[in-house]
Amino acid sequence: MIGSATLYGLCGAALVGIGLYGFVSHPGLLRRVLAFNVIGSGIFLIFGAAGYRDADAGADPVPQALIITGIVVALSLTALAVALIVAHVRASGHGELPEDAGE
Amino acid sequence: MSGTVFDIVLCALILGAALAAVSGRDPFAAVVFFVVYGVFIATAWLRLDAVNVALAEAAIGAGLTGVLLLGAVGRLARLRETAPPARAAGPRLLAALAAGGTTLLLGWVFLTLPEPAGLHAEVGANLAAAGSENAVTAVLLNFRAWDTLLESIVLLAALIGIWALSPDAAWGGRPGMTQRTRAGGVLAQFGRVLPPIGLMVGVYLVWAGTKQPGGAFQGGTVLAAVALLAMMAGRIAPPRVSAPGLRLALILGPAVFLAVGLAALAAGRFLWLPPEHAYALILGIEAALTVSIAATLALMVIGPPQEAP
Repeated sequence: MIGSATLYGLCGAALVGIGLYGFVSHPGLLRRVLAFNVIGSGIFLIFGAAGYRDADAGADPVPQALIITGIVVALSLTALAVALIVAHVRASGHGELPEDAGE
Repeated sequence: MSGTVFDIVLCALILGAALAAVSGRDPFAAVVFFVVYGVFIATAWLRLDAVNVALAEAAIGAGLTGVLLLGAVGRLARLRETAPPARAAGPRLLAALAAGGTTLLLGWVFLTLPEPAGLHAEVGANLAAAGSENAVTAVLLNFRAWDTLLESIVLLAALIGIWALSPDAAWGGRPGMTQRTRAGGVLAQFGRVLPPIGLMVGVYLVWAGTKQPGGAFQGGTVLAAVALLAMMAGRIAPPRVSAPGLRLALILGPAVFLAVGLAALAAGRFLWLPPEHAYALILGIEAALTVSIAATLALMVIGPPQEAP
């Protein structure tokens, strides 16, 4: 029988793929920030699941602490990126990079 | 067995919500799916026995990031002048192949990881001297205090970056835009009813964080959400970014953390907590960090000042 840790680890790997696909294929900058967050949480899930493979010992506290740090840093980056995107759209009038906006 | 079925269903829901969030047409719907995705991920953390992470993911990953992105969708819809361009099919196929390859590679790496060693034993052996019965809080505030100190400074740096994007005329004013709500509407009512409950939950999460799941980041996020709700409902106005009291609140956490670390340096080692005082020191650092985290996160989500003071 497949364990919880393996299942969520593979789910995290799939999330990295989905996020990567969205990041590359979508020209909208805001959508890219969202996809970046999906990649990030996929990596956290792989990391956390790897720390839970020995289920009898419980979840390893060190990855948990590092993941919490990661979640907070991801929010900081997201907030800064959103502020940059708003400034970019205000200056240029479109929500994509110049090469994607067809200029 | 029923646990495995639950896990499989949850993984399917997570992947479905993630796909909808990154590939849907409508940006508003994408953000809503992203928030739903965050709640599913938080549930996955509960299944992995990581309650501390689940709390952080629900409050920060789903909650604050969701509010931030929803606000950005509304703002961009008003600002943008051109329609989004259509996407070409060729690069998308290439992107899908590359993404699929990355997933396969990561999955293969995960399945072939060496036998778990982990750091449970080391953390458990030193927990008695750490000043916190919650192993995650002990790691965050004691064993790996460097990470947490630098993280609190990263928060501050990101906020400075966000403020630097305010228009010249708006500098020194109140962050974000003036909020108007309909009197007696849902938001106005929630703005009155929820803050007292949220305040209690936030403070409790910090206080209980040394014994049970919780801590400065989870509690601070709940407090930030309370402040955001009260501001969005027009109950309180955000403080001016030039207000000295606000600046003090922002640097209080990193400053107290750094001061404790330097005091420890005088006694021997930077950021070392003497076991007999560790509990009091952790509680003091967490209290100061909570104030700074709550203020920083709330101001990050509101964004830079937009209107002349």
